[in-house]
Amino acid sequence: MQVEKFCYDNKIVKAFGYATVIFAIVGMLAGLWVAIQFYAPAASLNLAPTTFGRLRPLHTNAIIFAFVGNCIFTGVYYSLQRLCKTRMYSDKLSWFHFWGWQAIIAAAAITLLLGFTTGKEYAELEWPIDIAIAIVWIAFGINLFGTILKRREKHLYVAIWFYIATWVTVAMLHIVNSFEIPVTLFKSYSWYAGVQDALVQWWYGHNAVAFFLTTPILGLMYYFLPKAANRPVYSYRLSIIHFWALIFIYIWAGPHHLLYTSLPDWAQSLGTVFSIMLIAPSWGGMLNGLFTLRGAWDKVREDPVLKFMVVAITCYGMATFEGPMLSLKSVNAISHFTDWTIAHVHIGGLGWNGFMAFAMLYYLVPRMWGTNLYSKKLATNHFWLGTIGIILYAVPLYWAGFTQSLMWKSFTPEGQLKFQFLETVTNIIPMYITRSVGGALYLTGAVLMAYNLYKTVRQGEFIANEEAEAPPLIKEVKVKKEYWHRLLERKPVTMLVLSLIVVAIGGIIELVPTFLVKSNIPTIASVKPYTPLELQGRDIYVREGCYTCHSQMIRPFRDEVARYGEYSKAGEFVYDHPFQWGSKRTGPDLAREGGKYPDSWHYNHMYDPRSMSPGSIMPQYVWLLDNKLDTSSTASKIRAMKTLGVPYPDGYEKIANFELMKQADSIARNLKKDKIETPGDAEIVALIAYLQRIGRDIKAEEKTKTVMK
Amino acid sequence: MKFIHYIEKIAGVDIYGLISLLIFVLFFTVMVTWVFRADKKKIKEMSEIPLH
Repeated sequence: MQVEKFCYDNKIVKAFGYATVIFAIVGMLAGLWVAIQFYAPAASLNLAPTTFGRLRPLHTNAIIFAFVGNCIFTGVYYSLQRLCKTRMYSDKLSWFHFWGWQAIIAAAAITLLLGFTTGKEYAELEWPIDIAIAIVWIAFGINLFGTILKRREKHLYVAIWFYIATWVTVAMLHIVNSFEIPVTLFKSYSWYAGVQDALVQWWYGHNAVAFFLTTPILGLMYYFLPKAANRPVYSYRLSIIHFWALIFIYIWAGPHHLLYTSLPDWAQSLGTVFSIMLIAPSWGGMLNGLFTLRGAWDKVREDPVLKFMVVAITCYGMATFEGPMLSLKSVNAISHFTDWTIAHVHIGGLGWNGFMAFAMLYYLVPRMWGTNLYSKKLATNHFWLGTIGIILYAVPLYWAGFTQSLMWKSFTPEGQLKFQFLETVTNIIPMYITRSVGGALYLTGAVLMAYNLYKTVRQGEFIANEEAEAPPLIKEVKVKKEYWHRLLERKPVTMLVLSLIVVAIGGIIELVPTFLVKSNIPTIASVKPYTPLELQGRDIYVREGCYTCHSQMIRPFRDEVARYGEYSKAGEFVYDHPFQWGSKRTGPDLAREGGKYPDSWHYNHMYDPRSMSPGSIMPQYVWLLDNKLDTSSTASKIRAMKTLGVPYPDGYEKIANFELMKQADSIARNLKKDKIETPGDAEIVALIAYLQRIGRDIKAEEKTKTVMK
Repeated sequence: MKFIHYIEKIAGVDIYGLISLLIFVLFFTVMVTWVFRADKKKIKEMSEIPLH
């Protein structure tokens, strides 16, 4: 048979690889910066763009979509060509994908710092960027499938299945979660409200972890681990079971982020059951990875690539053991809203994603530049800095989470709460300091890697087009007796459809009933839409990322009811586009904040939190006192809300600004009584209006009435 | 206010659960059967794809 000659495109791999290194460092720097703000609030510089609430989404987005995203594309573009024995389908699409993705990252960085956010975690980007993501993702998909279809290898290796599942599921998640109604060029409201918004968001959020941070990286593991160890994967059978079980089960587990909230009980239980089941495929995958190295552990001692992979896979195992544990209600009651969750995700992020990315880069760069790694010793130092960094990061945070949760739940013998919220925060500040040291060590390691790779690049010569040859794929005469899965493996499109069905089932079962019963969500008669001023104030709350530190969800626990007030009901959130339940309590819950303090307290507290509560670690929000509220958007905001079903009276948008000023002036007058002079159109006034409203509606009626619509 | 009975309000809701469970179990059984009956040589060949 005639062998065909062709070239692998290394240039696109190089571009994505460089982007990976750059955004690793950028994302980690942002992370370190926000970590320092926990014990040195002045590190916010008192500027809006560098304050925690805006910088934290920048950190998470940079790590997930810029660092890990570029890492995935690096690995996919390298391995896919080789597994399919062909060049990428279209160089043009490759480069469109590359520049499109980098443009999205740049736009994300700018808009997030400017405060343009949807207020939904890990999906903060506003609607024009959401559309751009969809377009670039589709371009990637065409390129991916085009390459698979013109391959010279009969079988689709298991890594490719993981890539296919990643592509199709991320597309589905992104589209469903991004339904939003644009108000202005950079402001939109989530299509969903309250409980439904929360369910969709965490169905998305959890599966972003599953299908952006896990499945593609598993694909990379199944390719690069055998390559680096120079032996096939331990059990190919296990990898097949691993794949189907993982994608089938993962998609269901989202509601475990909402245990003890106002989410319907059945959905919570569903999430828990599937989360527990998830341990089986996850550990199957981990063991498959580790056993691949059986009899080759001597190589691990020598080779930095394998060292990184072993720790990465171990961290994957730890995180996926911990995940199901955290989704047990009794454990979740302790862990949720604390730093425990942050420690958990960083075992995954720093250990699994970070170390897999580093391993891959150390493997790829010498090969693509036809040379050896500049310094093995530096790489080994990077490995130890990283490993110690992870431990120093995670252990203090586990400790902090556990301690704080127990303090929250402590009562005196007289039945009073034993600790003020602030005491539980100041108590764990030493842990925050240690955590940032761990992060700094990890970052230092990454910088060492950048230097090492730079030197490697300098000493080698880049092979832009790697020559290869393979016989073409000839159409076989169909052998009658063929097993269906083997047939499937040769049919990427069928594979795509089947993966979509598998993940869609979970999504539909989980989401549909909540939507069907929309009319049955117990509405509370006294819960009314926000006034125009409160709505504007709420948007400021979203803009400043208050939800990154404050929850608005009182769980039905004795301590939470004692500390914050009546537990939260599903019917209270029906006008919340988007929901703002939050996922972490660095500050206290705000679900019943309305009416707790006078207006002047909030004014002074925003200007300098430490003047009202000494020792507080909340940043100052000085600009809110000076910024003039933009009332030009009020009418369109009311209109958008009406479209979403919020029952404002007809024509209300026309008088909205008049109502807004009326309420603003009354707050300004109120402040004046406490000797605070402020114009009624300052942003702080709108924010105070919102804060004073939260959770008040059901207080208004002593006896809440449940109405079934 | 009770939130636990939402799903009961959908007509014929049990079918959701039954179908999904059925698909899951069937798919799984067929897949696992295939995996363990598959030809050893083929499996070996596939697992060596990255090494060529």
